Amino acid sequence: MKTFYEQAWQIRKLILESLAEAGSGHTGSSLGLADVFAVLYHQVLHHNPLNPDWEERDRLVLSIGHVAPVLYATLAHAGYFPVEELKTLRKLGSRLQGHPGRDFGLPGIELSAGSLGQGLSVALGMAMADKMDNKHRRTYCILGDGELQEGSVWEAIMAASHHQTDNLCAVVDRNGLQIDGPTEQVMKLESLEDRWKSFGWNVISVDGHDHAALMNAFESAQKMKGKPTVLLAKTIMGKGVKSIENDYHWHGKAPSKEQLEGFLNELNKSRYYD
Amino acid sequence: MKFTIQNHKDTRSGFGDGLFELGKENDKVVALCADLTGSMKMDAFAKAFPDRFFQTGIAEANMMGIAAGMTIGGMIPFTGTFANFSTGRVYDQIRQSIAYSEKNVKICASHAGLTLGEDGATHQILEDIGLMRMLPGMTVVVPCDYNQTKAAVKTIAAHNGPVYLRFGRPKVPNFTPVNQTFELGKALVYQEGSDVSILATGHLVWEALQAADLLTQKGISAEVINITTIKPLDETAILKSVSKTKCLITAEEHQLFGGLGETVAGLLAQNTPYPMEMVAVKDQFGQSGTPEQLMKHYQLDAAAIIKAAEKVLSRK
Repeated sequence: MKTFYEQAWQIRKLILESLAEAGSGHTGSSLGLADVFAVLYHQVLHHNPLNPDWEERDRLVLSIGHVAPVLYATLAHAGYFPVEELKTLRKLGSRLQGHPGRDFGLPGIELSAGSLGQGLSVALGMAMADKMDNKHRRTYCILGDGELQEGSVWEAIMAASHHQTDNLCAVVDRNGLQIDGPTEQVMKLESLEDRWKSFGWNVISVDGHDHAALMNAFESAQKMKGKPTVLLAKTIMGKGVKSIENDYHWHGKAPSKEQLEGFLNELNKSRYYD
Repeated sequence: MKFTIQNHKDTRSGFGDGLFELGKENDKVVALCADLTGSMKMDAFAKAFPDRFFQTGIAEANMMGIAAGMTIGGMIPFTGTFANFSTGRVYDQIRQSIAYSEKNVKICASHAGLTLGEDGATHQILEDIGLMRMLPGMTVVVPCDYNQTKAAVKTIAAHNGPVYLRFGRPKVPNFTPVNQTFELGKALVYQEGSDVSILATGHLVWEALQAADLLTQKGISAEVINITTIKPLDETAILKSVSKTKCLITAEEHQLFGGLGETVAGLLAQNTPYPMEMVAVKDQFGQSGTPEQLMKHYQLDAAAIIKAAEKVLSRK
């Protein structure tokens, strides 16, 4: 099976460089999701970077807008827009808003997001519309684990199984951390598997850094009939930069320009191929 | 223009009947409702087009998100619930997933204002016009009777962009033309006059016409304008009228803060200010009562408009 560790490494590098240039932003979960994004954009999604508005493309709805850096880095790396443009992140007039804003015209952005708890409802609406239109494209939605504390998410979870939207696949970035600390201390989420199952979803727990496991999980989601699927992707916040891994203080912080070199060295050491 | 009452009908039925007809004409129209299908008069659409009607349960936030997502293939989603649950409850969803995400969703809101009646203040939202008109790109439409609401439903479907359509619960005079064409952003001069302009919206338009008749008997010539669209506001029509009458009043079933009155005041302040009075709810919540009792109690009827007109004339 072909894997995309090199692409994930490149995405992480672009995340760090763009965040250091911006001087602010969300490093931890952006790094943590790089493997999920590499697998999605290089293997799973039907899309065309040269024709971003291609009608039949699969949809990726990013509900956690704060991980915009991983989305932007992935899109630029895939060829949606010049990598150079990543340097404009969070700057006045940029298409790369701090949280994705659709009306700034960056290709590949399906929804404005930042305020949590909304993306899954929108993804569900897309999946329902596709069922009505007999479209075979799929909708993916990236959620944070802390985001599951928003009640509106559970409205969408309930409705998705009611409508049997098997063309919908959610991915929860289960890094176990949120701004104020570990999720289980801030507001207990476990057992997430049981909770999603009891709401009628097909639940797959997966290592969010294991490309083969992720691809198998996405493939099995595609085969599932009559139920939406959620991947509970166990990830490490800050993955790739050892000194900040699993440190929730890095949820909403960017490396300084001085820190960047050290971080890139750490990233180099964590570079792995298979 | 002289109006006569054709019958008494609720504006929500204008919405329901308009939606049903629209559904026949346009198969891209889909409707969503959060457990209020009967109250919203959406049953006809739901029955005729079961594949295009979605019951979302009591989950308005999710309904707004689903509607945003459903625009994906060019569908035109109409959401239906009470005005309170269509705005305040889901403001963040509308702001981010609809307005800021440029999704073509039509937010249709019944039971707006005091005329909801006996259910009381929890359900009588008087802030919705303000909330919605503050959102960039949002169109805010407030028709005045059954016929006009029905016509507005068809027009907003043809408009590409999010729209808030506000209507109400009680049976009220139905007096505007059957089969009229509703023009977005166009204020309608219902009676020409020279002494004072009365700008009214929604249920207050009929009251304004009654007030104008009574003012005529007192020798006061009032110009009555129906502000059918709060945003975009028909600035030209308003400025033209007040440049003639040199004073004005606004009348609405809404808080003074954020409503038609403040909207018009803002326009005049940036052009030529004239003496102005506002008939609106003055920083209060509503309460239980019949619609008639409430409109009288909160001074939102013809009598209140006459009083305001006399006051503003004395300031001229």
